[in-house]
Amino acid sequence: MKHCIATIAVFIFGFSAIGQTCKLNLSGKIQDFHNGEPIVNATIYNKTTDSYTTSDLEGNFNINDLCKGIYQLSISHISCETKVVEIDLQDDLYKVVYLEHHVEELETVNVEGASVSKETDTGQETIIRKDYIDNNSSASLGDVIKQVSGVSSINTGNEIVKPVINGLHSSRIVILNNGVRLENQEWGIEHAPNIDINSANSISVIKGSSALAYSSDAIGGTIILEPKNIAIIDTLFGKTIMGYQSNGRGFNVNSSLAKNFDSGWYLNGNLGYKQNGDLKAPDYYLNNTGAQNLSGSFQSGYKSFEKGFEVYFSYIDSELGILSSSHIGNTADLVNAINSDEPLINEPFSYDINAPKQDVSHLLAKARGYMRFKSFGKVTFQYDYQNNHRYEFDKRVGNDRDKAAVDLRLQTHSVKGDVKVDKLGRYLINFGLSGRFQDNFANPDTGVRRLIPDYTKYDLGAYFILKANISEQFIGDFGVRYDLNHIDAYKYYYISRWEERGYDDDFSDIIIDEVGIQYLTNPVFTYNNFAVSTGLLFDINENHDIKFNYSLSSRPPNPSELFSDGLHHSAARIELGDLRLGKETSNRFGLSYLFNNNKFNITLDSYFNRVNDFIFLKPIGTEETNRGAFPVWEYTKTDANLIGLDANIDYYLNKAISFNVKTSYIYGQNLDEDLPLIDMPSFRLDTAVSYSKKEWNAFNASLNYVFVAEQNRYPDYNFETYIPTTDSYELVDISTPPPAYNLFNFQADMTFNVFKKSKLNVLARVDNIFNTSYREYLNRLRYFADDTGRNITIQLQLNY
Amino acid sequence: MKSFLKLLTLLLITNLIVSCSNDDDNTPPPPVNEEEVITTMTITFTPAGGGTAVELKTQDLDGDGPNPPVVTISGPFASNTTYTGAVEFLNELEDPAEDITEEVQAEGLEHQVFFTVTNSLGTVTYNDMDTDGNPIGLDITFQTIDTGTAVDGDITVTLRHEPNKDAAGVSDGDITNAGGETDIEETFTPVTVE
Repeated sequence: MKHCIATIAVFIFGFSAIGQTCKLNLSGKIQDFHNGEPIVNATIYNKTTDSYTTSDLEGNFNINDLCKGIYQLSISHISCETKVVEIDLQDDLYKVVYLEHHVEELETVNVEGASVSKETDTGQETIIRKDYIDNNSSASLGDVIKQVSGVSSINTGNEIVKPVINGLHSSRIVILNNGVRLENQEWGIEHAPNIDINSANSISVIKGSSALAYSSDAIGGTIILEPKNIAIIDTLFGKTIMGYQSNGRGFNVNSSLAKNFDSGWYLNGNLGYKQNGDLKAPDYYLNNTGAQNLSGSFQSGYKSFEKGFEVYFSYIDSELGILSSSHIGNTADLVNAINSDEPLINEPFSYDINAPKQDVSHLLAKARGYMRFKSFGKVTFQYDYQNNHRYEFDKRVGNDRDKAAVDLRLQTHSVKGDVKVDKLGRYLINFGLSGRFQDNFANPDTGVRRLIPDYTKYDLGAYFILKANISEQFIGDFGVRYDLNHIDAYKYYYISRWEERGYDDDFSDIIIDEVGIQYLTNPVFTYNNFAVSTGLLFDINENHDIKFNYSLSSRPPNPSELFSDGLHHSAARIELGDLRLGKETSNRFGLSYLFNNNKFNITLDSYFNRVNDFIFLKPIGTEETNRGAFPVWEYTKTDANLIGLDANIDYYLNKAISFNVKTSYIYGQNLDEDLPLIDMPSFRLDTAVSYSKKEWNAFNASLNYVFVAEQNRYPDYNFETYIPTTDSYELVDISTPPPAYNLFNFQADMTFNVFKKSKLNVLARVDNIFNTSYREYLNRLRYFADDTGRNITIQLQLNY
Repeated sequence: MKSFLKLLTLLLITNLIVSCSNDDDNTPPPPVNEEEVITTMTITFTPAGGGTAVELKTQDLDGDGPNPPVVTISGPFASNTTYTGAVEFLNELEDPAEDITEEVQAEGLEHQVFFTVTNSLGTVTYNDMDTDGNPIGLDITFQTIDTGTAVDGDITVTLRHEPNKDAAGVSDGDITNAGGETDIEETFTPVTVE
């Protein structure tokens, strides 16, 4: 408060007191809304009499010799919001005026250059800003956040991109879209997050589970997409982005429009569509890799400092083709695919999307209201509903040809109450309660045994977070969270499988029926999860900062890890869940060093993450079916260590030229078997040199070089299989990672003033300039085809 | 604001009621019997001039389950004999069993049955064709070798979905370049010609 110089201007309107004694006295006190502390040295300006007064050390002010009448006091505050108070002065009056002082979040910002605040103080957090999101308007969330060092992706082709944070992905990452935890069957590697980045104004990536207000199970990290902060001014603005991509002959368009009123009401929305056909590797088309994507969002509400509410809807529908040659029937087919240099299906370009494909829609509806109380803080209440509908189509025959093989509908209702107490000066307290009900429906009409069973699930959570500004140099935080998860499922097992798993000994009491060769069972599980996060930020001086964070978190097994029991076609393997699996527990220590001066900007994030009972898939043998022998992979657990270092270095040579280096290395070890962990990202170095010249229509150009090393640390899960057609045994090399690769990319953009108030940004980008053939270890289609070749993007962005 | 909070509370309560009533409706879901799994493949070889027919059969009644298929070979083939072979695919998980042979026949363009014979037990020729004039392989002729002593070998029968029938050798029955996806495959061993 002491640093804030408050200016109070008093404007007087409606002088109606003619001929009366002007001897009235208006006195009062200026106080901080949050904690009631006085605002010192405020200047009070009387426009009519052109006289000033200031508030004293107790915040008191005094204006004498006023006439009867109505006074409007317009109170402004440097870097804060103007407040207007109307006073009907009939007698001497004492009035307390509360001014808002932004303690934890900048609620009012300019329309342009909206500020973004971090979610954590001591966590390893990076924010991706709107200009980067706009420049990559056609990209998926997974591709955009790879911008953060230590973040990579696990892919099924180019359209199904799942974020990997410090080696962990899927259920270990929590994604928040406008304050709503995304519930979209995130367990499978081929289930990409159903989210459109264009509705986000910023994307915050938090490594590890330090964001306890949202979850206790984000062992890998949390990704937070935030919409634009609403400005309480009268304004109407919009943006349209159009782009073309040469590879896949794709195009995208996204338009947004926002209207705000100075009364605090606002509404905005955006609508986007993108489509591409078959992508191309340097030497051949990747058949059936087309995609279509329709997305939209709408937001409206009322906002003021003291109260507000909001409704938000978003919808996304994606149809994604999956590389035809990756659909295989048995292990011999897989051997053929691995041994063949080119995909076994090679057809000309097409926009058609045929089976195998996915068609996934996601609807989100949210209502949120908040109120601020004097000398207390802010109370927020939120309800949200999500409906995720996933269809997966396989190559099928006869009457079932056009029928989905997977048809899952996941509905989630959540409520949350959150209280932020900011009256305590140096301390900020945040606590709350959340509840969630989830219902998964697996449609039996598919004619294919359910991949994920029908279930209902309840979650209840409570959290408490304390943040302390200990001194000028130290900020500390401490948080605890408890979650109760309860899952109640109906699952059919082949009796032969039930016995093979040994469930007849441990789970005979959950069998409720016997239907043909199957048992109907009713597994019910309850998990208690306790999480802690604490850390310290040490601001050594204006150049150096050190951050330390410790977090304990745990994650219950997801439905896939519990219930899987069948053939996974594209992987040509039988995957088995285990009802006996318990939760996995992570102890993560993060230590960061940040350096900042006018030449350098350096962030080094190091971490040690010990995950006990880490759940992973491991091969345990083979099973004969009438399609040949399949390897059997079982969800099992081990204690694991994940240790790594992520670095981001910016160097500004002068005003025009800058360099950026990003690199990350992770060491993942399966401690029980003393083997490397599977699917760990390899060493990566990403460098860029950029040139900017404002005078040339805000010209920017950057050349980017990416080196991805071969992953030398991998478990050898190769096996031999009998190939009947050649009457021989062949090695199935599913483990050996592909060789290292180098990629060069280039991007340039300029901004022009067009029409009266509009700006047009023209951007051109070339990815994989030299059309290099490569395969990536973390792309599941690497057995079947090369990654994509050169891609030229042209994008126009009009701000109006 | 207050009315908004009321609305929100109302929404929440309605929602909880809906959720709870969903929960009360706790009837177990119906079972799913796999519709297009081929559990059983039978190839019946009938000698042209009369004699004992030979049946090769594989049956896996738990589909992708852990039990291995049951493979039977009814007896030996006769030396230097022409057999007519008929292939049948069944899904015995359904009741009554679904005949998948008809679907394969109807979608002949997208299917082909391959016969890989080792140790020169005999030669297979296709008798049927799809609308493009390429073989399907549901109806074949098997000519056994002329041998004085008993010879053992293997016969592998593979049904491929979406093979490339135009690739080299495929329409002659060579699976090497066929590509596509294997729907069922079984190696019958040992098969004897005597």
